[in-house]
Amino acid sequence: MRLPTFSRGVHPNDNKHYTCSKSIEILPIPDQVLIPLQQHIGAPCSVIVEKGQEVKTGQQVGSSEAFVSSPVHSSITGKVKEIGTFQHPAGGKVQMVLIQQTEEEDDWKLMPPLEDWQNTGNEILNQRIKDAGIVGLGGAAFPTHVKLAPPKDKKIDTFILNGCECEPYLTADHRAMVEQADKILPGMAIIMKILGVIDGFIGIENNKPDAIEVMREAVSRGGYNFKVVSLQVKYPQGAEKMLIQSVLKRQVPTGGLPMDVGAVVNNVGTAIAVADAVINGKSLIERIVTVTGDGINEPKNVLARIGTPFQEILEFCGGLNEETTQVFMGGPMMGLAQHNLQSPTVKATSGIVCTAAQGQPAEQALPCIRCGTCVSVCPMFLLPTRIARLSEMGQTAAAEELGIMNCIECGSCSFVCPSQIPLVQWIRLGKLRVGEMKRKEKEVA
Amino acid sequence: MDEEKKIPEQLEQKPVEPKPLPVKKPKPKKDPRAKLYKPSQMLIMSSSPHLSTVDSVSRIMWTVIVALIPAVGMSVYYFGWAAIFMIVTCVAAALVTEALLNKLKGEAFTIKDGSAAITGLLLALTLPPSFDLSSAIIGVVFAIAVGKHIFGGLGYNIFNPALLGRAFLQASFPVAITTWTNPRTLVDAVSTATPLGGFKFEKLTTTFMDLLYGNTGGCLGETSAIVIIAGGLFLIIKKYADWRIPVSYLGTVFIFGGIFWLLNPSDYPSPWFHLFSGGLMLGAFFMATDMVTSPITPKGAWIFGVGAGILLVVIRLFGGLPEGVMYSILLMNAVTPLINRYTRPKYFGEPRA
Repeated sequence: MRLPTFSRGVHPNDNKHYTCSKSIEILPIPDQVLIPLQQHIGAPCSVIVEKGQEVKTGQQVGSSEAFVSSPVHSSITGKVKEIGTFQHPAGGKVQMVLIQQTEEEDDWKLMPPLEDWQNTGNEILNQRIKDAGIVGLGGAAFPTHVKLAPPKDKKIDTFILNGCECEPYLTADHRAMVEQADKILPGMAIIMKILGVIDGFIGIENNKPDAIEVMREAVSRGGYNFKVVSLQVKYPQGAEKMLIQSVLKRQVPTGGLPMDVGAVVNNVGTAIAVADAVINGKSLIERIVTVTGDGINEPKNVLARIGTPFQEILEFCGGLNEETTQVFMGGPMMGLAQHNLQSPTVKATSGIVCTAAQGQPAEQALPCIRCGTCVSVCPMFLLPTRIARLSEMGQTAAAEELGIMNCIECGSCSFVCPSQIPLVQWIRLGKLRVGEMKRKEKEVA
Repeated sequence: MDEEKKIPEQLEQKPVEPKPLPVKKPKPKKDPRAKLYKPSQMLIMSSSPHLSTVDSVSRIMWTVIVALIPAVGMSVYYFGWAAIFMIVTCVAAALVTEALLNKLKGEAFTIKDGSAAITGLLLALTLPPSFDLSSAIIGVVFAIAVGKHIFGGLGYNIFNPALLGRAFLQASFPVAITTWTNPRTLVDAVSTATPLGGFKFEKLTTTFMDLLYGNTGGCLGETSAIVIIAGGLFLIIKKYADWRIPVSYLGTVFIFGGIFWLLNPSDYPSPWFHLFSGGLMLGAFFMATDMVTSPITPKGAWIFGVGAGILLVVIRLFGGLPEGVMYSILLMNAVTPLINRYTRPKYFGEPRA
């Protein structure tokens, strides 16, 4: 039988062999951490600590009144050394809190554990998720409590746990599923209780048979009613809309959100964070990071404190080798190239991929030969070559008419282009311009 | 305008000399901030995705040439030195013309991408073996210069350059280029069927053979459908040719031609004859599927093939010319931008209207 999947997409080499069988190692607590006040989609936090103040592990150092936002916490025990702007791995310099470890101790400030979560009110549980600073750990970092509080008129009937990890190289979710199923499943159950849904699915790509087996076994042992769905290996299987299509055969309408088809999707890492926050009272101050690629000496999966500089993690993994030319945060398909290895690990850092100039388009882009390959791989059924060209020409309105805003920026088009045209890059720029155009129109109106 | 200019620069990669990262060393115990500010190894910045497939324009083009090798081999087998002279002349003329035009336009040489070689080769395969070599060169020059470079070079041309070159020759040397339609000598070459040809036609009725004598002769590349199909299938498997175009083109010719045959078998040829005569196979697998001049949308590919098929049958049955492959494809090339525009795929999640 053919495994469920979505239409179109691409098959990059997954290169997960570097780390897929390596157990998660705990990174030593760093001397100092940089906690960015913005690690999520939404309003940035404002600082609520002062210079010189002592903070404990798990203590809030930044928060915001806005609904779409997520507080940030100190990930070590120490003193606030400085509040200033530093390089953010997502680009640009943003305000961060620099915390220096005072003594060799790790003193946690825990929230009261809600061990009896089954009989706790949903508002309390969701407030806890918000207080713990939980955001989508798959890479987008959308505040989880917002996802779990859909508008009343949206009926949610299904929850999907995203264990696809379709990005090449990354194995953080894979290892989490193999090693921490006992946290993932309660986390998933808590999320489903908050959403009030009964149907739960766990979508895992077929290239992780051990994870599928462990999860199936854990589900039946724990007496859960979740269904573990083995999915075809194809990029971008883990994109929300693709995953919903694969698992539920429902298409999120153009311009809509998963909740428009009654579904909510969360990453396995998020489920672990939820379980930790609710059952153990721990804030989100650490995450699993895959450190991998042919540029790192000892590829590993590490459990790192948020705010740890990349450099420190790389050194823990034996350092970069001499051929390394690029370092990405996230996978190679959607990850962000880094130039400053002092950037801190943030909540969205699913991996640090270090490569030695492989797959680099060396020559300049050639003209489009209209082969249509980008059209045949676009999972959103767009015409990448056309809208990229329109974007390049500055014809923003025309690009919008051809659905540029539907692009999920998965990069499949650029990946396959034989002329090496930076298609998704132009499209991204076009999307920004459409946003600008919309804002201007609003101002005029 | 200035802003427009700047943006591409951001997209380009800026390679910086990579320095080795200092090997693991003891943690400095001085001001810890110094460590945080320390400039890192110079790394290359790029915008995701950071991976790409091995496919490239030149790889696609050279694969097409490889796919044509069987057809070239058969033409040499049938026509001997005439075929070799013709093919070598045309390919060489194409490469020289391309290089001269590159020079003239002050751009980088694009010979290596293989597209000029394909144009020369395809044009050679559409010519009768007895065709004058100097006239063939004129056709090649026209194909490369007017067919491709006037529009802006590879990727920007509207018409298949090889077919445009052939159309030019047909207009300029109508007698010489249609000599093959009435070929006494070539009839022998075709009718003394090769093992491949005999195998292929075995199941067919003798009437087919009779019809074959009457109309088809041989351009260099029209002799053995089976090697052309083999090359075409190779391209389709490699995904360098859209399967929808040959399927819809050949299918339409078969069905549409078949309808006429059913209505009046004495006046109109059988659909099998339509399929295997003339340059249809070469056109369907190697010219209609030309990426640059065929639609990019799946639905567009179907329309392109069906349209070309109908045109072909109409030209063959009712037109003044015995063969319609060239014009049917060129006419569909002309409407390809329009087809692209009106066949946008439905977006993911767009309601089915």
